[in-house]
Amino acid sequence: MEKGKIDRLFNKLDRDAESTGYHLNPDTPFTRSLVKGLIVNQERYGYQACPCRLASGNQEEDLDIICPCDYRDPDLDRYGTCYCSLYVDEEILKGKKKVKAIPERRDKQQEKNPAPASSGLGYPVWRCRVCGYLCARDNPPGVCPVCKAKKERFEVFVEK
Amino acid sequence: MGVEKIHVSGTKKGDIMLYALSTCQWCRKTRELLNELKVDYHYIDVDLVTGDDQKQLIEEIKKFNPACSFPTMVIDEKDSIVGFDEDKIRKKFE
Repeated sequence: MEKGKIDRLFNKLDRDAESTGYHLNPDTPFTRSLVKGLIVNQERYGYQACPCRLASGNQEEDLDIICPCDYRDPDLDRYGTCYCSLYVDEEILKGKKKVKAIPERRDKQQEKNPAPASSGLGYPVWRCRVCGYLCARDNPPGVCPVCKAKKERFEVFVEK
Repeated sequence: MGVEKIHVSGTKKGDIMLYALSTCQWCRKTRELLNELKVDYHYIDVDLVTGDDQKQLIEEIKKFNPACSFPTMVIDEKDSIVGFDEDKIRKKFE
């Protein structure tokens, strides 16, 4: 694969991460290989599925594992790294802790909790499944203003 | 019948089958560790297989790892090591 392609996505992800309070794994060769995996998946499936998970090829089914996945935040909280280790916490960034492979949190059988019925707020409340950002408006924003996740990563958190 | 698995020669320490993904860096590390330990094994990158062949592989993996996560290493068709568990792998083969 063309090196420039990896450079471009790597730099973009690094900028986005640092500007939103996240950090890429400081092991650059490892991280670049993951970025390459994201490009491979983009070309193969049409979306950047997690390089360490088997994508189905059906975007709807795989929304939760499009990078950054729905599990990044809980895994960063619990282990200091996301599942594929593209993202790490500050301790790992500063070399105080080593990155280790972590268990899979995704459970395909799990049912989604239905959104609670509203108390007449006038607007539904949308939640970004990637970073937890909430907003009250008729439709979700095109991109999450916090983590830049796309519109389809939003779910109704409270009904109108 | 079935998909051809890639053979890496080394010291025979059982019938070792590694289910991996070509894009997964933990899978790559697992293979590097097996190579370092000079273990004889077979592997397959499941993401490079399509259609019914892939479905068949997923069923094989689920027998040992219902979450079908990667890497999944199956030893002698009975034991398995899920994920890049370096200590466990070293202990098993060193």
